[in-house]
Amino acid sequence: MRLARFTHSTAGQPLKEEAQEGRQFRKRALVAFLIIFAAIFLIALRYVYLQVISYQEFTTRSINNQVRIVPVAPNRGLIYDRRGRPVAENRPAYRLELVPEKVDDIEQVIISLGQLVELPEDVLEKFEENRKRYREFDSVPLKFNLTEEEVARFAVDRHRFTGVEIVPYLSRYYPFGELLTHVLGYVGRLDVDDLNRVDQGNYRGTTHIGKSGIERYYENELHGISGNEKIETNAQGRVLTALDRENPVHGDDLILALDVQVQQAAWDALGDRPGAVVAIDPNDGSVLALVSKPAFDPNLFVHGISRKDYNAILAAPGRPLFNRTLLGGYEPGSTLKPFVGLAGLELGVVTEEDRVFSSGGYYLPGVSRPYRDWKKGGHGWVDILGALEQSVNTYFYQLAYDIGIDRMHDYLAQFGFGMQTGLDLLGENSGVLPSRGWKRAFYNEPWYPGETVIAGIGQGFNVVTPVQLANALATLANGGTRYMPRLLYATKHAGNRQADKSSSPLVSQVPVINENNWNVIREGMRRVVHGASGTARSIRPESGFEIAGKSGTAQVAAQAADEDMDETTAAHLRHHALFIAYAPVTQPSIVVAVVVEHGGGGSREAAPVARAVIDAWLSQELAQ
Amino acid sequence: MKRLIPGWVKWPQLDVPLLLGLMLLMGFGLVVLYSASGEQMEVVYRQGTRIVVGLAAMLVLSQVPPHILRIWTPWLYILGIALLLVTWFAGEGRGADRWLNLGVFRFQPSEIMKLAVPMMMAWYLHPRRLPPEASSILISVAILVVPAVLIARQPDLGTALLVAVSGCFALFLSGLQWRVILGFAAAAAAAAPALWLVMHEYQRNRVRTFLDPESDPLGSGWNIIQSKIAVGSGGVLGKGWLNGTQSRLEFIPERHTDFILAVLSEELGLLGVLFLFAMYLFIAGRGLYVAGMARSTYARLLAGSLSLTFFVYVLVNAGMVSGLLPVVGVPLPLISYGGTSIVTLLAGFGILMSIYGHRNFIR
Repeated sequence: MRLARFTHSTAGQPLKEEAQEGRQFRKRALVAFLIIFAAIFLIALRYVYLQVISYQEFTTRSINNQVRIVPVAPNRGLIYDRRGRPVAENRPAYRLELVPEKVDDIEQVIISLGQLVELPEDVLEKFEENRKRYREFDSVPLKFNLTEEEVARFAVDRHRFTGVEIVPYLSRYYPFGELLTHVLGYVGRLDVDDLNRVDQGNYRGTTHIGKSGIERYYENELHGISGNEKIETNAQGRVLTALDRENPVHGDDLILALDVQVQQAAWDALGDRPGAVVAIDPNDGSVLALVSKPAFDPNLFVHGISRKDYNAILAAPGRPLFNRTLLGGYEPGSTLKPFVGLAGLELGVVTEEDRVFSSGGYYLPGVSRPYRDWKKGGHGWVDILGALEQSVNTYFYQLAYDIGIDRMHDYLAQFGFGMQTGLDLLGENSGVLPSRGWKRAFYNEPWYPGETVIAGIGQGFNVVTPVQLANALATLANGGTRYMPRLLYATKHAGNRQADKSSSPLVSQVPVINENNWNVIREGMRRVVHGASGTARSIRPESGFEIAGKSGTAQVAAQAADEDMDETTAAHLRHHALFIAYAPVTQPSIVVAVVVEHGGGGSREAAPVARAVIDAWLSQELAQ
Repeated sequence: MKRLIPGWVKWPQLDVPLLLGLMLLMGFGLVVLYSASGEQMEVVYRQGTRIVVGLAAMLVLSQVPPHILRIWTPWLYILGIALLLVTWFAGEGRGADRWLNLGVFRFQPSEIMKLAVPMMMAWYLHPRRLPPEASSILISVAILVVPAVLIARQPDLGTALLVAVSGCFALFLSGLQWRVILGFAAAAAAAAPALWLVMHEYQRNRVRTFLDPESDPLGSGWNIIQSKIAVGSGGVLGKGWLNGTQSRLEFIPERHTDFILAVLSEELGLLGVLFLFAMYLFIAGRGLYVAGMARSTYARLLAGSLSLTFFVYVLVNAGMVSGLLPVVGVPLPLISYGGTSIVTLLAGFGILMSIYGHRNFIR
């Protein structure tokens, strides 16, 4: 053996020191063992760090990993009118949804789907836009409100479409269609802009949101609180089991002050003419009717309006999208006279007995051009009652001149002219109640006395909205209490049996200096309808109750006052007919403001509309 | 009873403590694998088959005396190098040509090198005067660098490094002077930037991800993050066998292969991890002890470097699973499912057994 070793080492190499090598090796082996021991010790420390020190953190992350929270959208609150008629409902419908992750070739699948279900270009665009809001394993809505035929066709072929599903949901429906469009507004598909104005967490499962009208103003109440479903998923997001469910809180049901029957009466009475009607209960400021005509079918917007339908609405005459009741600015014309008259009496500028001679033309000192009465030759001597009954311009020219524009502005402002009423709809126009300061600020021009004169009959710079006019009259009718008009009457919270009545916030109280002054104005307005020479005699009720009113004409085209309007005037140049009224005179329960665009004379065109609305309301009130 | 067995049959001299340690470890591994595979008994059977094949290889090799192995060594090394070259031109595999298809089965030639390189190092150093002289060191380095480069090219950086490390251990155990070791270490540190330049983009990404996994939590950082969550959420006692959510819900990547330690950590907790480490430490320590008993330089160096390399697998895998080291495809030895590695490892332990069995021969 030894020999063998020596022979092996004959290649000129030095002899090996066997024993010394063995010791050297064992030393090195020990060092190596210590090194690996140290190394595994350090790694073990790492495991201690992860499993003991960071245990809580990683446990949380592990739970977050496996549990996915899926939002459950609440049912949107319903809307009723004051008599309990549903005006916005939720109806069962079906929508098509797609999980991008489960679909291999989305474009191809959409082409195949297109053969079963109608998928217009705008629907697909909306889908692409929406996809960004969702994760790959979330279900993204593709098309809403499938027809029954589409549902059936898809059901037959569904095996061809993995990752595509038909999902039942509740779809908003407005049974009264265009009648209530400008009140209710409509809901539409939630888009990126909408998300910026809501709590996004609460809208994770929501597909629709109020876009305008009541639906938008009371979006928070109607929407409700989103629920959650906790589900266990694996790394691919596949649902394994449902662990826990937190039910959504359905949105509040809203009960509107509005009366559909009154609304319908106003709608019908306007006929084909563009115009606006606002009816308010002067006792609490609740809005009984709010009509703007023409309108459009809000149901078209719920599922995303097609371009064709939208273009049709845009092209329709009379601007159906325009809500005249709060956006339409009109010259108040003679409907302002009762307020000017009250200003004169309360400010002590005139008394009930003071009389003015109407000769057909009123001249300011140093001005040769006359301000005309509507009646050729004038009305003769009139006091305030007669001036209101016959709408005598001269009386109010003189009165306005005597009051002065700034005092007139300050007094009328107490009735809410020139400012938003605060109605519970968005986008209200504030109108214009002119004054020296206003003109300086707006036009940087001085005020001219002639402008005061025509302001006395509601012309010139004055601009009012129908809702402003109605609310001002409500304030006059109820003795000076100005409310913020409210469409909302009561709210029924989910789970509650009783609805909570919401009251119109009080804005201000117009100081009453002399109660009699108010009665004089009311009497003057009563005579407009019931007086022997009242301008609106034609709408006088035969019996039962009395109406107080005032007509007005808003000039459309600049026109010399002595040019009379007649049937030959082109329709779009005709004046707007205005009428304001309240009834019953003794105990007012309804105030109406009517605008009939290009209607011509207020008494002839607008007063019958007011009468129809009052009848509809009082017949129901009496029936109760 | 003894008569029934012919007298010329020699009972294999197996190292009983080492064998028990290995059996315990592999049995434990199968239990973990059952859970990690999603309770697929089939996977456990297949792994069991591999273990049986590996044990057979171990038994066979344990009967081959070390001096015979030493004679074969250069041929095995040359064969390995040749196969690596063949793989270069005829290999297959996903994204890397590591596999050689022999018709009946496929295998990775790099596995041969895991044994052949330490064997060759031992063979070369065996007749030399130790500690090695400069010329010996240079040739030794060449012996380990050539296969390492061939494997790294495949690309399989993890195996290449392990192969190189096994050679380095042989050198270290041979008594390489500390100043030379330090010199090499300094050179390696200086060469690191150069390594970066020759790395593949996916390898660079692994390093980047390792340095900051949260920078791309859904992309390449996913594996590290999910693995750490699994480990950390296991706590001290674990979520219980078959109860790991990270593994059951497939958040752990490669859960029954390279990341099986994450499953173990999640379900059996820190205690399971420490138990595992202790077993590995025992096996490696026992291997070094066997090496210390050997009488020839060849046997000592071979046994020592095989034991240490085995443990390096554990260090690298445990470091990777816990986010201490970048993700390299190094399995947890004897526990991770699949591959030829289990057979190679057991063959290596067969060599250790042989060295143990023939410790009284001077050869």
